Amino acid sequence: MDTTEIMVVVGGVVLVGFVVWFFFLSEGERAAARVGEGVQRIRVVVKGGYSPDVLVVKRGVPVEIDFYRDEASSCTEQVVLPDFRISRMLPAFETTSVTFTPDREGKFTFTCGMGMVHGQLVVEN
Amino acid sequence: MSMNGALPMTPVYFEAAAVIIALILLGRLLEAGAKGRTSEAIRKLMGLQARTARVVRADGRHEDVPVEEVAPGDVILVRPGEKVPTDGRIVEGSSTLDESMLTGESAPVVKGPGDEVVGATVNGAGAFQFRATRVGRDTVLQQIVRLVEDAQGSRAPVARLADTVSGFFTPAVIIVAVVAFVVWFVAAPVETRLAEALVRFVSVLIIACPCALGLATPTAVMVGTGRGAEAGVLIKGGEALETAHKVRTVVLDKTGTITAGKPGVTDIIAADEFGAGERHGFEKEEARAAVEDVRRGAVEDELLRLAASVERGSEHPLGSAVVRRAEEQGLRLAGAENFRALAGRGVEAEVEGRRVLVGSSRLMTERGVEVGGLGARAEALAAEAKTPVFVAVDGRAAGLVAVADPVKAESKDAIAALKKLGLEVVMMTGDDRRTAEAVARAVGVERVLAEVLPEGKAAEVKKLQAEGKRVAMVGDGINDAPALAQADVGIAVGTGADVAIEASDITLVGGSLGGVVTAVMLSRRTMRVIKQNLFWAFVYNTLGIPLAAGALYPLTGWLLSPVFASAAMALSSVSVVANSLRLKKFRV
Repeated sequence: MDTTEIMVVVGGVVLVGFVVWFFFLSEGERAAARVGEGVQRIRVVVKGGYSPDVLVVKRGVPVEIDFYRDEASSCTEQVVLPDFRISRMLPAFETTSVTFTPDREGKFTFTCGMGMVHGQLVVEN
Repeated sequence: MSMNGALPMTPVYFEAAAVIIALILLGRLLEAGAKGRTSEAIRKLMGLQARTARVVRADGRHEDVPVEEVAPGDVILVRPGEKVPTDGRIVEGSSTLDESMLTGESAPVVKGPGDEVVGATVNGAGAFQFRATRVGRDTVLQQIVRLVEDAQGSRAPVARLADTVSGFFTPAVIIVAVVAFVVWFVAAPVETRLAEALVRFVSVLIIACPCALGLATPTAVMVGTGRGAEAGVLIKGGEALETAHKVRTVVLDKTGTITAGKPGVTDIIAADEFGAGERHGFEKEEARAAVEDVRRGAVEDELLRLAASVERGSEHPLGSAVVRRAEEQGLRLAGAENFRALAGRGVEAEVEGRRVLVGSSRLMTERGVEVGGLGARAEALAAEAKTPVFVAVDGRAAGLVAVADPVKAESKDAIAALKKLGLEVVMMTGDDRRTAEAVARAVGVERVLAEVLPEGKAAEVKKLQAEGKRVAMVGDGINDAPALAQADVGIAVGTGADVAIEASDITLVGGSLGGVVTAVMLSRRTMRVIKQNLFWAFVYNTLGIPLAAGALYPLTGWLLSPVFASAAMALSSVSVVANSLRLKKFRV
């Protein structure tokens, strides 16, 4: 193996490590909801993913998540919260509000329509 | 070989790049078009909403207003051929209405004053005025739209597996692409190693299609639930769909499901001792017989009157049948004091100073009332599929009132169809055994659970589940709620306007049992499509990625060019959506 090949191998290993870290180990962006007028609000920007992607809310208080979809690619055109039986279409470059009241504690995943992009809803007491 | 001393041309891949981009975009276009069609059903539902309503103001003026401005209590005029703008109750006039867009039943329904009408149905040849009861988001149509929308986003358990895989998919593919790059870079001859490595890298990234996996279930659920909604079968979600196809036993609640839920009095039989009052001496036989007839009629009326006076306080459909008959005969009902409803057994009260008991034979036995010859009469009535109701006055048997609930016309065929699908059909009712068995015989049900108390229904479902079967329960959304919740699949039948019933997994908007057949067949077909999609998506990726990475090269010399990779990828997601669209053609 000449030097270039060794460099490529090392580079490959580093890249693989980075991929593993990025997808599995790095903590998502966490945000807590702002409470006002009896409703908890969070704004989430949808662009290739959800930002923030970990949403912390309180149980029993109505939640309003404002999804602003900053892109037009078809992957993220739908957001789904299967545990609360919610699915909404998100028109491109618009804000869509999803309102519901979380009645139980725990960590719930929400995803795009195809299940590729994830976020997490954390409901605390 | 070089020409004119020029260096050999290194491939530039312009055409490959252009074709790849074109194919990927084409794939996206086809996919978007196909996905757009999956939500057609919901768009059609939303399009059923009327735009304007002709409101009749208090001064008699007619005013056309946008339907958003209609308030509950407004009186609205509907002319022939018009769409009913919102939900309400007819106050004047009558007509036939086409409700097929909501219930899936094509037969028009005749409605008159006092009947409920549903927004988005189409009026026939008559004109009528109705008072709006529900507007905007509360109407049946909007409830259905919301229900179907949420159902289409729900996840069937089988899809959760695919979702988990999707989560790992992207990083896994990137890693495979990187590894392929490294391996080919090292293994290939120096002149071509960069090109070969890059081509493998790009091919893997292109051909890996998590979209196919991610689309497999949601698209099928969308088309399936949309199709169901068109037929008046509202499926609450992917989970309901999946469980429905595993069901082996169907429990049908008798009243309101197999029967029309409109019982009517068929016979009134007075006990010999009741009303045996004065005996007159008669010389002529005909005169005596005539007076006897009149006396008998009067006694039966008295029996009915007493029973109805007690039943006036009851909410049970049997009770209302008795009251209705008494009112039809113009009898004047008396006030009832100390009314008590004894669940599953009957009712009792004091009427004109006498203690009157109305209920089942079990109640009579409990209270120590000797029924004598009435017992045999009751059994005979039961064998005719009628429900015998005993009446006792001051502790003594006074007579029998027989009530029959007509079986719905389509019940027998629907039950036969369910059995043909391989399901065991069980009938459950609070009626007494003889009556229940007679009804069961009439509709073709072999297994009967009779004399089930209202609070015992859920327990009966549990017992069936303990036999190791998945049980579907079909019943009234309100009265049978606990049993519906206990069942693996709860199917609520046409409780009229309140379609978003929490306890049920599937709601049949029309009242017909045929909807159960449709629900089961649709869920089986949808699950089959989901499995086909998932299989295809898995196979495609498991074969395609190694092929693109060049893993088969050492063995077979097969390589995948990026152009083919992009064509394959475009096709794979489109074919998954197209396969799901086949569900649109579903017919019972």
